[in-house]
Amino acid sequence: MEILTKVHAKKLVEWAIDKPEVVVLSADLTGSTEADLFQKAYPNRFFSMGIAEQNMLSFAGGMAREGFVPLIHTFAVFIYRRAYDQIAMSVAYPNLPVKMFGFLPGILTPGGATHQAIEDISVMRSLPNMTVLEVGDATDAESVLDVAYQVPGPVYVRTLRGELPRLFDKTEPMVFNQARLLSKGEDLALFTSGICTEEARKVVEALKAKGLTIEHLHVSTLKPFTDHQVVEALEKARYGAITLENHSIIGGLGTAVAEVIAEKGLPRRLVKMGIMDRFLHGASRPTLSRENRMNGMALVQEIEKLTRKQFGVTEEELGSVHLTPVHSESKAEAL
Amino acid sequence: MLGLSDAETYLTQEVARVAGGIRRRVLEHTLKHNGGYLSQACSSAEILATLYTRIMNLGPVFVPIKPDPFAGVPGEGSLLYRRGDFYNGPKGPDYDRFILSPTHYSLVLYACLVETRRMDADGFADFNKDGGILEMIGAEHSPGMEVMTGSLGQGISQAAGIALSRKLKGDKGKVWVFMSDGELQPGQVWEAVQCMAFYKLDNMGLYVDVNGYQCDGKTSQVMGLEPLEDRFMAFGCETHRVNGHDPLALAGPAQELRRGKPLVVLCDTIPYKDMEPLKSRAPKFHYLRFTSDQERKVYEEFYKNL
Repeated sequence: MEILTKVHAKKLVEWAIDKPEVVVLSADLTGSTEADLFQKAYPNRFFSMGIAEQNMLSFAGGMAREGFVPLIHTFAVFIYRRAYDQIAMSVAYPNLPVKMFGFLPGILTPGGATHQAIEDISVMRSLPNMTVLEVGDATDAESVLDVAYQVPGPVYVRTLRGELPRLFDKTEPMVFNQARLLSKGEDLALFTSGICTEEARKVVEALKAKGLTIEHLHVSTLKPFTDHQVVEALEKARYGAITLENHSIIGGLGTAVAEVIAEKGLPRRLVKMGIMDRFLHGASRPTLSRENRMNGMALVQEIEKLTRKQFGVTEEELGSVHLTPVHSESKAEAL
Repeated sequence: MLGLSDAETYLTQEVARVAGGIRRRVLEHTLKHNGGYLSQACSSAEILATLYTRIMNLGPVFVPIKPDPFAGVPGEGSLLYRRGDFYNGPKGPDYDRFILSPTHYSLVLYACLVETRRMDADGFADFNKDGGILEMIGAEHSPGMEVMTGSLGQGISQAAGIALSRKLKGDKGKVWVFMSDGELQPGQVWEAVQCMAFYKLDNMGLYVDVNGYQCDGKTSQVMGLEPLEDRFMAFGCETHRVNGHDPLALAGPAQELRRGKPLVVLCDTIPYKDMEPLKSRAPKFHYLRFTSDQERKVYEEFYKNL
């Protein structure tokens, strides 16, 4: 699998070249949020706001009212926890085009509970006028700028930094309110988001070899959540549905899918996997993933419980699954 | 008025007329609704009157505007949605902007708009009525308001964002913010002030109604703020402290904006100024609700004699 570095940083410079109204606001985490290349390329459009997120969010609202498109850059956790009232009243209420880029979501930071955004999607999803997007790979990270920019109002982007795998073909950008259909199947519906999709794909491949077909959707638009593919996958899935996300099992992807099941009156069981309604601690991604049962083997176990079947998949087997960038099945069908 | 030029005398009289009208109208609505933010009118009448008649270069409004009914909140796609800055005249690069930060002063602003012939006096019939835009604690659709304020501390940051943007665009117009002293307590305000100084927002001026009282009582006993001048000066602002009921003292600092520094005018005011019956309410001035018919009659009598 191709691994890319500083995807956001590089893309942002290229993307912003013909958009003079785009400005970047940073809260003392410029290098840490890959805004450094933008700062170098366009020093007059970069504004250092210091460790003062409340002022930064209201200030961004003021700039947006004057025709600028501010891109907020800081860690995900500091956006919504430190400046929620400011986001709500200075940005969301007036429906202003402020785009918030939140880095290091969920278990991606070893910085402990103070640095871990575990309920950001839940909080942002319930805010009127807000759009919520999440990035899962390099292709998503490259194309999320266009998606966020095309939304006329405020957008919260839960995004990634550093080394990113390319899970999705680079010619297939993220599409607003359209999940990527990665695998078709009628036994189970599997919804994953963010970093969880890579591991889930290995499980889907391994189980396909054992005769289980899974409809697997990678969700990048968490709000709105009206993609018809979600309902279609749920309608088919004879054993039920599973969600897997790098976020609390309350208020995020799992809850969004549960709402669809309830609203459509679908007789489907749902297993919500993710951070188990608990604060985390300072530890590595593999450890936090294992503790919250967000890894491939835990997913296999949940699938076995739902289907009441044993597939005999081993950890080595999952580890040896070779992933290449996929074309979305939905795109293939459309062609 | 000895020693004043004719122009100064005229403007001073105009401020006095507008300020008197503000107090009278706010008292009238306090009586009508059996309560209201009366002390805010008493302390800030001259500040708002001076801003609107002497300091701010706002776009003209030729015929006082009659308020529309409430047209919905932003984001729902209402074509009728209109912000309250409509009452401050057309926008333009040379025109100033006004941001009312503590929206508990909304009624004071509505009264000021009527007195300065920007809003139709009949519009007051909709004050504090469901379906109207003259809300008791206004929003950005309320007359005179440009941004969403009222969650205290957010107005100054939004105004700073506007001021920086206007500099980037080369606008000559300034951004004026009205604040109250209690509102200086939240940390966001000082985040904003350090940011205004850092970005040298000399196109921005802050008028603070230092009336010394807040919801719970005397500011000095709720959470002390002094020495305010020292604090703003230490943060890098051009700071003045003036008698908040004296039009010439209020207008003076606005004429001498310093290059590279935001302007702060601390206006010492009296929360029961020209409203004798209110004095006995000390130290609870924030919201007046009549406790007895007798008390109400005192204010009615006072109103009749205005």
